[in-house]
Amino acid sequence: MTAPPTGAPSSDAAALGQENVRAVAAARGLAPEDLDIRLRADASSYTVVLVLFAIAIGWLLIGSIFGDIASLKLHWPDFLTRQSWLTFGRVRTAHLHAVNYGWATAALIGTSLWLTPRLVHNELKSPVAALIGGALFTLGIAVGIIGVLLGFSDGMEWLEANRYTAGPLLVIGGGLVGLSLFRTVAARRAAHLYVSVWYILGAFIWFPMLYVTGKWPTWTGVESAAVNWFFAHNVLGFWLTAMSVGAAYYFIPKVLGRPIYSYQLSVVGFWSLAMFYSLNGMHHLVGGPLPTWMITTSIVASVFMFIPVVATGINLHMTVVGRFGALRYSPTLRFVVLGAIAYTAVSLQGSFTALREVNRVTHFTHWTVAHSHVGGYAFVTFVAFGAMYYIVPRLVGHEWPSARLVRWHFNTVLAGIAIYVVSLTWAGVAQGLALLDARLPFQISVERSLPGLYGRSLGGLILTVGHFIFAWHFWRMVRMPTGAQPGARPPFHEAQPILYTDEAEAGRPQTFRAAAHSDQIARAPAAHDGNVRPAQGTS
Amino acid sequence: MTRISLIALGAFAVMASAICLLVLVPQALLRDVVAPPQLQPYTEQQLAGRQVYIQNGCVYCHSQQIRDPAFTTDVDRGWGGRATVPGDYVYDKPHLLGTMRTGPDLINVGQRLPDAEWQLIHLYDPRSVVDWSLMPGFPFLFEEKAPNTVQPADRVVRIPGPRAPRGVVVVAKPEAIALVDYLVSLKRQYPVTHPTSGGTRTAFGGRNATH
Repeated sequence: MTAPPTGAPSSDAAALGQENVRAVAAARGLAPEDLDIRLRADASSYTVVLVLFAIAIGWLLIGSIFGDIASLKLHWPDFLTRQSWLTFGRVRTAHLHAVNYGWATAALIGTSLWLTPRLVHNELKSPVAALIGGALFTLGIAVGIIGVLLGFSDGMEWLEANRYTAGPLLVIGGGLVGLSLFRTVAARRAAHLYVSVWYILGAFIWFPMLYVTGKWPTWTGVESAAVNWFFAHNVLGFWLTAMSVGAAYYFIPKVLGRPIYSYQLSVVGFWSLAMFYSLNGMHHLVGGPLPTWMITTSIVASVFMFIPVVATGINLHMTVVGRFGALRYSPTLRFVVLGAIAYTAVSLQGSFTALREVNRVTHFTHWTVAHSHVGGYAFVTFVAFGAMYYIVPRLVGHEWPSARLVRWHFNTVLAGIAIYVVSLTWAGVAQGLALLDARLPFQISVERSLPGLYGRSLGGLILTVGHFIFAWHFWRMVRMPTGAQPGARPPFHEAQPILYTDEAEAGRPQTFRAAAHSDQIARAPAAHDGNVRPAQGTS
Repeated sequence: MTRISLIALGAFAVMASAICLLVLVPQALLRDVVAPPQLQPYTEQQLAGRQVYIQNGCVYCHSQQIRDPAFTTDVDRGWGGRATVPGDYVYDKPHLLGTMRTGPDLINVGQRLPDAEWQLIHLYDPRSVVDWSLMPGFPFLFEEKAPNTVQPADRVVRIPGPRAPRGVVVVAKPEAIALVDYLVSLKRQYPVTHPTSGGTRTAFGGRNATH
């Protein structure tokens, strides 16, 4: 059922494909040499990117199921209590590792490995090292999660995976991927390094520094708390956020076919993110038994986060302004633009939450969990979905098989995360206000948060449905033989007649008509890969 | 920006300075913190219990810190008589300060609920003693034995009420006994002043922990 026959002969589909891609590219004003750069870049990253995307989606499903179990346990505490490996504290940790280090990391590493060769106009160097690195990283996460389920935890949040078994696999795996990326950038043919590349390179410098600091085995007492939150907060900002912002900087101008709003703002955004985000972590310990100056430093740095967030926000949002209509037509744009909006929102919410007066209410409540899902899901995961919708068709050579599945995926995850965040944020505020009133017994804080916990389970289950839809669609996509294209309509085609222009359509076999159109709204020359340049300045 | 070296070195330098400021400098400042004389090191059994606490992720719902009474209601709620200070945690490796209060704070639970029998019952089935509790039971820390197989040395736990299992006797495993030993040892109620709490002036950041 995955591959209804089409007119394209499968034997020489590749040759026919090249020919037709060239014809379409020429019709769109793309120079043959530019096309060559793209085709060679994509061919070099093909295996490692597809493998990492498949691994990522596997982790997404596993992480969703762990998350749902953990969520259900919070309001049905007698659910699955007989087995030690299914107790809340272990399942929750398995969820966190599977979605952050499994799903988001694999998806964003895959995206980075695809983006980098395209942006530096060269092939991916050491693709085998990258593939082995990705596999080792995945193995490390699997070892860490199985260990946690069996009761081997190093004890600090976000750092539970065992430092002597999982740790080396993560460091070596990440290092091999980084090696491949740095070699690729070093061998670049493009003179300019686009902003996405800065973030990708930065991520691969920052993550090992953070991980080694966090896992250093000598920390004790309140110092281990400081290191814990130094790591746990920064791993979001310097690993997941860095690669996600890098991807957003690529896909938004790319799909819209217009340059990024301001080069200067992207420089300000990058360096101010590095400076201020790195000092944020202690705001997880407001009021705690640490030297006050440490916490105050982080609160101040959290407020200064307005600078990178507003700079990046203006840059990404102003690139879209005037072209919001395009969101109707491109799943990539929908996911990435919503992700960028969520990034702005979650960052401003974070700055606000760090303020002592707000923190009095929200600290130690479900508010924090809701906040982390705005960042980890509505921002990072949405960007990763958008990236996959763009990249996979270019690797496998055909369009996503079903526009309806894309729409179902989008609608379920959007509804799911909205229900999740609204109900859990509400639960957190109710819980926090009850805790702050010493006349109310603790019981009241539990009872007032309960409706929100049910809402979170509902949202989480809807998200899981969306993930299975996406996984099924991905499976159909990669199983479909090259050259087969049922219907040959890009996602959202029904809403988008403008995509089909006569000169691109006439007389072309279906396969490449669709592939060339995949997700490209504009036919402006600025949409060429590697030409997504800053508006001004070249250095 | 066109140079890899600029990006790589700049990225490295920014992170290295953050590690200095928030990890290495505090490490140096907190080195002088010593345990208050009334704080006993954990016994071997309590450390084993602490490990059970870590293994089963108690920290994801229970904090172990009391904040300044001028800032919040932790003290008014009866969770402790004073804010906790760095010296209270010198034997904790790693820390279990926590970031969530789905359940109540536990840093003084040994003061509040010192009855080991109650703690065992509550671990086996929290709702047999606290009907509104959302805490999971931990029956895997116990054995459910046929009545005629119970040994004299077994620590039998009598679960009250209608939720008690029928036809079996609940016997605490060593893990449960160790965990309860750890829990009832959690008390940070001795008075602290700057010198005895081990806080250097810097480590306190000028805050008076006893007010």
